[in-house]
Amino acid sequence: MSAATAERRMLLLNDIDEPGLATREVYERRGGYESLRKALSMEPEALLTELKDSGLRGRGGAGFAMGTKVSFLPKGAAQKYLVCNADESEPGTFKDRELMQKCPHMLIEGIAIATWAAGISRAFIYIRGEYVLQADILDAALAEAREAGYVGQNILGSEHSLSLVVHRGAGAYICGEETGLLDSLEGKRGNPRLKPPFPAINGLYQGPTLINNVETLSTVPSIVKMGGEAYASLGTETSKGTKLVSISGHVQRPGNYEIELGIPSREIIYDLAGGPADGRQVKCWFPGGSSSPVLTGDDLDIPYDFDSLAKAGTMLGSGAIIVVDDSTPILDVALKTAKFYRHESCGKCTPCREGTNWTVKMLERIAAGEATPMDLDIMASVCTNIIGNCLCVLGDAMAMPIGSMIAKFRGEFEQSIEQARLAAEGALV
Amino acid sequence: MSGFASGWDQATDRDKLPAEIPSPDQVEVPAALRQEIEGHMSLYPDPTSAALPALAAAQRVHGWCSPEAIEQVACVMQVTPASLAAVATFYDMLETEPVGRHSVYVCTNISCSLRGADALLDAVKAAAEGDGELNVRAFECLGACDIAPMASVDGVYVGPLAIEDVPQLLDDVRSGRPVLPEKQLARMLVADPAANSQQYPSHPVQSVDNEGQRR
Repeated sequence: MSAATAERRMLLLNDIDEPGLATREVYERRGGYESLRKALSMEPEALLTELKDSGLRGRGGAGFAMGTKVSFLPKGAAQKYLVCNADESEPGTFKDRELMQKCPHMLIEGIAIATWAAGISRAFIYIRGEYVLQADILDAALAEAREAGYVGQNILGSEHSLSLVVHRGAGAYICGEETGLLDSLEGKRGNPRLKPPFPAINGLYQGPTLINNVETLSTVPSIVKMGGEAYASLGTETSKGTKLVSISGHVQRPGNYEIELGIPSREIIYDLAGGPADGRQVKCWFPGGSSSPVLTGDDLDIPYDFDSLAKAGTMLGSGAIIVVDDSTPILDVALKTAKFYRHESCGKCTPCREGTNWTVKMLERIAAGEATPMDLDIMASVCTNIIGNCLCVLGDAMAMPIGSMIAKFRGEFEQSIEQARLAAEGALV
Repeated sequence: MSGFASGWDQATDRDKLPAEIPSPDQVEVPAALRQEIEGHMSLYPDPTSAALPALAAAQRVHGWCSPEAIEQVACVMQVTPASLAAVATFYDMLETEPVGRHSVYVCTNISCSLRGADALLDAVKAAAEGDGELNVRAFECLGACDIAPMASVDGVYVGPLAIEDVPQLLDDVRSGRPVLPEKQLARMLVADPAANSQQYPSHPVQSVDNEGQRR
């Protein structure tokens, strides 16, 4: 049975469009904040065991096991922080937007639970400044949650206290990188920091800091409700649970879908999103945002989960599939991608700052008919020299997809070079 | 970057000493702005964290992060104007030169451009030409590829936009009406047909006024 007709388990998107779900009243009527009550009746250690048993891996891009991340925080009385990364800026990604806008209390409940498990009393939601509507909705929901005693001193009569603040960014992709985000939250330019020390040891205001994505934290109430083991029965051996997939580009039904990890990618692109327009074929697709190496139309049967995609040389990333059909020249896609990273490079590390700039210049040279096939080799070597040589992975995030495009579409690039050269010489009419 | 005439990118005046932390008795700050900034500062263990919301607040008052706006924020936060200028120049939504009072951000990233965003941007720019009230610019991925090609108009997301929508869009902005109500993201249902157990009618999740920025 395909994903379009099978009964799919909805943990995050379940009746997401119910009118008023963004209000406490409707959320509670549907059993909202019951997981928080249950969690507060448990010892933090036992709660942490549930989170570990669930196998939940971070939904922001890196896919790190959430329970393990929590256990990296030092024990003891030091002021620790939780920061919810709601900067969602990875091109192609818009799942957190839908969650925050329509079910903000689920995120707030997840934060209240996660902070109890981790012994944290101060938390921040760093939301990208462009999400005005979603930030307003979060602020309103937070006020309701405070009023009902789900956030604040001695939550529901327990020992758990939590202060939560919605912090609005001001437009910078790099602030989705966890250490860039921390600097930005401290009121500075969003430049990434040297790691180690990792944020779990030395993060916000030098304190131990747990950083999780919106979708990750929004999943926590479901895990508490179902139990870690039941959650872990969904998905595959190493990719547990359900995942929101944002699909866009050349498909007939773009949008957010909730899938069980491990279903064939073809089912997402064709059965759910309708595939490219009639008569068009999938030329290439980004499986996990614009930072992921592209796959081609031959790779559609790869299961959509962390490890299968890693094995295929790419990544699940934020779960954002961008489909490009055969009407679009690969040069256009490469140029758009490279220009984005050039614009967003913070400029702190030379390989990224210069490498993204040079890559754009070389791609523009191709378009202008001034390139030779050797430029492709230079471009590939620039990409190789960015990867692993910077404080953060922004440069890598350009180098990986561009490198994959050169490797997989070299013939087309060479054709573009030749055609543009002839056109520039006026040999083509 | 342009803006040598009036922006932050002008050459350094070497005859001047670096600006110090403004003294509260020398800088006049509008009471409402001061109150808003102090409110933000109270939310954080380190009040410096309020820099972004404070600059955004000053920008709403002054239209851009002008030297005057920065000085007022610096005065309330008791930091140097230079530290705030460094922050303001980093972020796309903080304007470092005078701009039109209505922002129209057209997303031109991959997903939107696959669906015609570049032509859309050209059309919006052409239609807005000469109107000093409008700040039309290309923007990186705004996180709404499901309604591509799209734009954020004073913070309100609208899409999918056709070239034919441009006159109405600009008309709505200029006259202060809600922008293309039928195309606002706030009304969109989730794409996944399995998400909702029953079909909920299209409804605005929350009304947003045309000033967008909030409250």
